[in-house]
Amino acid sequence: MPARGCIVICIGNPDRGDDGLGPAVARQLRSRLAAGVEVIELDGEATALLAALDGAGSAYLVDACAGGAAPGTVHRFDAVDAALPEAMYDLSTHGLGLGAAIELARALGQLPPRCTVLAVEGRDFNIGAPLSPPVAAAVNDVCRRLQAEIAETEMSDA
Amino acid sequence: MARRTIKVDYLARVEGEGGLKVVVRDGKVRSAELSIFEPPRFFEAFLRGRAFTEAPDITARICGICPVAYQMSAVHAMENALGVRVDGPLRDLRRLLYCGEWIESHALHIYMLHAPDFLGYDGAIDMAREHGDIVRRGLALKQAGNRILAQLGGREIHPINVRVGGFYRVPTRRELKPLEETLKGARDLAVQTVRWVGRLDFPERERDYTFIALRHPDEYPFNEGHIISNRGLDIMASEFDDHVEEMHVERSTALHARLRDGTAYLVGPLARYSLNFERLSPLAQTEARDAGLGETCTNPYRSIVVRAVEVLYACDEALRIIDGYTPPERPTVPVEAREAAGFAATEAPRGLLYHRYRLSSEGSIEEARIVPPTSQNQASIEEDLAGFVGGFLDLPDEALRHRCEQTVRNYDPCISCAAHFLRLEMDRG
Repeated sequence: MPARGCIVICIGNPDRGDDGLGPAVARQLRSRLAAGVEVIELDGEATALLAALDGAGSAYLVDACAGGAAPGTVHRFDAVDAALPEAMYDLSTHGLGLGAAIELARALGQLPPRCTVLAVEGRDFNIGAPLSPPVAAAVNDVCRRLQAEIAETEMSDA
Repeated sequence: MARRTIKVDYLARVEGEGGLKVVVRDGKVRSAELSIFEPPRFFEAFLRGRAFTEAPDITARICGICPVAYQMSAVHAMENALGVRVDGPLRDLRRLLYCGEWIESHALHIYMLHAPDFLGYDGAIDMAREHGDIVRRGLALKQAGNRILAQLGGREIHPINVRVGGFYRVPTRRELKPLEETLKGARDLAVQTVRWVGRLDFPERERDYTFIALRHPDEYPFNEGHIISNRGLDIMASEFDDHVEEMHVERSTALHARLRDGTAYLVGPLARYSLNFERLSPLAQTEARDAGLGETCTNPYRSIVVRAVEVLYACDEALRIIDGYTPPERPTVPVEAREAAGFAATEAPRGLLYHRYRLSSEGSIEEARIVPPTSQNQASIEEDLAGFVGGFLDLPDEALRHRCEQTVRNYDPCISCAAHFLRLEMDRG
């Protein structure tokens, strides 16, 4: 499959409180990124993630997490260097989530050469809840970081 | 060895949170309990007071793996209540959508969740390192199912195009055409899958199950048919409550279902296949026989082969529907609210999914009841464990624990659905 350049995968369910972080980032980001950067929204199911990662030159994955830090804290992981921390595997309600998708991609030789995960600590994952204030405040922060990082990477690639 | 304790805290590779506890004394299994501790989700209560038109989209949210099943049982129950019949191309499109879900759900279970048990891997990731081609084949097969859902449902997860009376929008012939190529490829992959899983090593264990599934005069069942068993049951969905009793069991946040005489029964691929073998397509029948299956299957470890046969059937059936498709004049038939009760059962990938609703004269939902397949299978899972574990006690603890997990995964349990993970505790004394 030919390289698809840079993609941003925003993961989450808008109807489950802070799990809606990914979709909220996607909405803001689309108007702020250079043309050619693909923004994809997914629910976090591993095989769909794997299909989305396939062939990308660089991938940024945005998801909410429950790692025990203060709500709104943004974690950054370089998935090419190492597997995500164990706690990240438990985010998905299904047996296979983001951590598993990345490891499957690695095992199959399909992990993009650049693969970065931005995970935001959530507080409230209840059905029908809105984003909690600290997570809502982090949306803009994540968008700015992604914009800056993608611009810098593209510049160094150019 | 008189006393032995094996415990699995969280059973992996199942949908949702649950655990397992097996107690063995003096070489005999004294009890086997499946515990489900996923918090209940109160969907039936959410539905009260909502419009009948909202049921398919609300219930689709119960499960990310089988949303179509929830939508189908919901729309059929509403149409049953409101005296509406959906026929012709609209009915075919519903079957096509169901084909997509079976392909997607079964491919995920066969390749990512169940196959590692047979090949001795901890999970799909370990298996992918050594069997990349096999895992890629499974992923490609699953993608074919996703494409059907994306085309007909409007998107891959939680489809939004289904409504009481039909669809919001129906595809043109031209829009379905690209699916044909995808599905022809998928059918080849499905044949390879049946042949591959047919060669796995299966524990030789049989049980005399009470199988319950839908049966239709001419079709392998998805949306329609009588509810029948291999013990003479033959009822309509409206009689389900007369024959099935749901009860609360302390160890589970999901209600257990049994027949009213207390019998545990089994729904899902094994039951569907054993009650409907001759309704499969000729290709699916031939491949099933070549893979070593008879016309019935009572070895739950071979459920992986039955699932593969059903994937093959779903590819065949989807191609048949696309080939004969002519778009209907209207995407939906008119539906009018009235005071009524409605009942439906359809065949979710994991088995019979029953919905019952009571509607007010304005069409608002006054009562809802949903009985998912995993709830119905809990008692049968426990009986499998109680019946089989005794024969595996010569295994070392680790292998025994693994065999117990495999025994639960035979059912592809969707605990998220049933409760609206799994923990294994093995106490050998």
